Amino acid sequence: MAQTGHLTRTSMAAGEPWLSPVTRLRIIILGAVIGTWELVAASGLLLRDVVPSTLTIGRALVELLGHPDLKVTLAGYVLWIPAFYWHLYVTVSEVAIGLVIGGTMGLAVGLLLGANPFLAKAFERFLYYLGPTPKIVFFPVMIMWFGVGPESKIAMGTLSCFFPIVLSAAAGMRQIESVLIRVGRSFRLNTWQMVTKIYLPAMREPIVNGVRLGMGVAMIGTLLAETKLSNKGVGFMIIDAYNTFDMPRMYAVLLTLFVIAIGANTLVGRASRG
Amino acid sequence: MSAGATIRREAVPIVFGVACLLALVALIEVLIRMGWINPFIVPKPTDIVMSFERIIMEENILPRFFLTCGEALMASLMLSVAGISIGVLLHRSRIVRLATETWVAAVASAPLVLMYPLFLVIFGRSAWTIIMIAFVSALPPVILKTLEGLSGTRPVLINVGRSFKLTPSQLYWKILFPSALPTIFVGVRLGMIFALINIVGVEFLINFGGLGQLVNELAERYDLPGTYAAICFVILVSVLFFIGTERIERWLRPGT
Repeated sequence: MAQTGHLTRTSMAAGEPWLSPVTRLRIIILGAVIGTWELVAASGLLLRDVVPSTLTIGRALVELLGHPDLKVTLAGYVLWIPAFYWHLYVTVSEVAIGLVIGGTMGLAVGLLLGANPFLAKAFERFLYYLGPTPKIVFFPVMIMWFGVGPESKIAMGTLSCFFPIVLSAAAGMRQIESVLIRVGRSFRLNTWQMVTKIYLPAMREPIVNGVRLGMGVAMIGTLLAETKLSNKGVGFMIIDAYNTFDMPRMYAVLLTLFVIAIGANTLVGRASRG
Repeated sequence: MSAGATIRREAVPIVFGVACLLALVALIEVLIRMGWINPFIVPKPTDIVMSFERIIMEENILPRFFLTCGEALMASLMLSVAGISIGVLLHRSRIVRLATETWVAAVASAPLVLMYPLFLVIFGRSAWTIIMIAFVSALPPVILKTLEGLSGTRPVLINVGRSFKLTPSQLYWKILFPSALPTIFVGVRLGMIFALINIVGVEFLINFGGLGQLVNELAERYDLPGTYAAICFVILVSVLFFIGTERIERWLRPGT
């Protein structure tokens, strides 16, 4: 302990900088980006108002997240909240329902394909090649099948996340050590017990990775569908800001959305490692 | 076991898969004809097949295909040049890499394609909006894979180069870059796939350009067999593109 204290005092005495060089460089880069942005905003190099000043964007951000402009009734109480949270609730609900439906289907099909080499050889190539196709082109079909309401957006989320989850689950199933499966069989576990006690715990990492990928594409699929045809949700807010040429609001919504998406991705990523 | 028997054994599941797919299509056709599925929601598969000729002849599918390919090619070129250059720069400067690599990884997980209304304002309703959104969305994987490839060069190769007293430039072009090329191509391929997805998606959303616009136009006209046929064509193009780039990747990485 004494040695540790000595080292700490020595390093402080040597006058080590308060911020590490990496942190300082990050601050410099951020400063340069904001400075360039302000210069472009002030110069009017791009169309007027297309690049508003950071202060204007900041104000729009505060208004977006803090200005109560929507009346909601909750358990008999009338509340005023910023409309963004209601739109966010709509989008998050659509993505979550899509992820649950698509994830459950993907997991079930992935387990089946992973457990049965014949079925995997027969069908997995279709899923593998369909996975990278642009799912948004299916949106007209989803509208015809499920209508113009949230159901078609949920269907887009479901369709988008199904493919990465099924492929991850099938690959994860094949990576399970055979000794674990033999242990399960030697204990005479039934199929349900094999799935819950052996397969799923052993496949946690590939499944969580698949869910992480699936969540990202479900979010994109749902939001793009909302920008195309909707009157609620964060995607609608973005296209509404475009239609009314409210650029600060568009930047504010995009920034908030990116922070949420990156945060959600980081959380699920940590879950796979932890 | 003879080679013929092995091939037959390998072919059985493939034939089974294709047969199941065809059986499903036939079942849908029967259910529609029996009135169990509404033909105003799902058109008959035979009508979809018949409408292929119509969309090829009347909807200028080939010029649209080439337009989408041109946009994809332009975006791929831009993201290859910019992504590889940025990756090389980050690899050369350790401190810049430490400061920005996590940012690039974070940006890769953000739904950047949602910025398309912003690009519409900047570039107008033109091919440049589509190309730029594809470029921006697909750039992070190219940068990250370039970094991964360069950082993964075996130290023994670099030591051999140094023992031959190669200049830093020679070390890069003779050792580091060739060694990293397969991994870099994985990034470029991922980028190209993202770019194609975003190009078709934004074409559909802004109703401009090639194949994506065709799907949107046919859907707005309520031409159901045509819409389904155009979607099938988009899927076909995506699959062929995916297989083509996969073949190139296997050629570059024979061990995988």
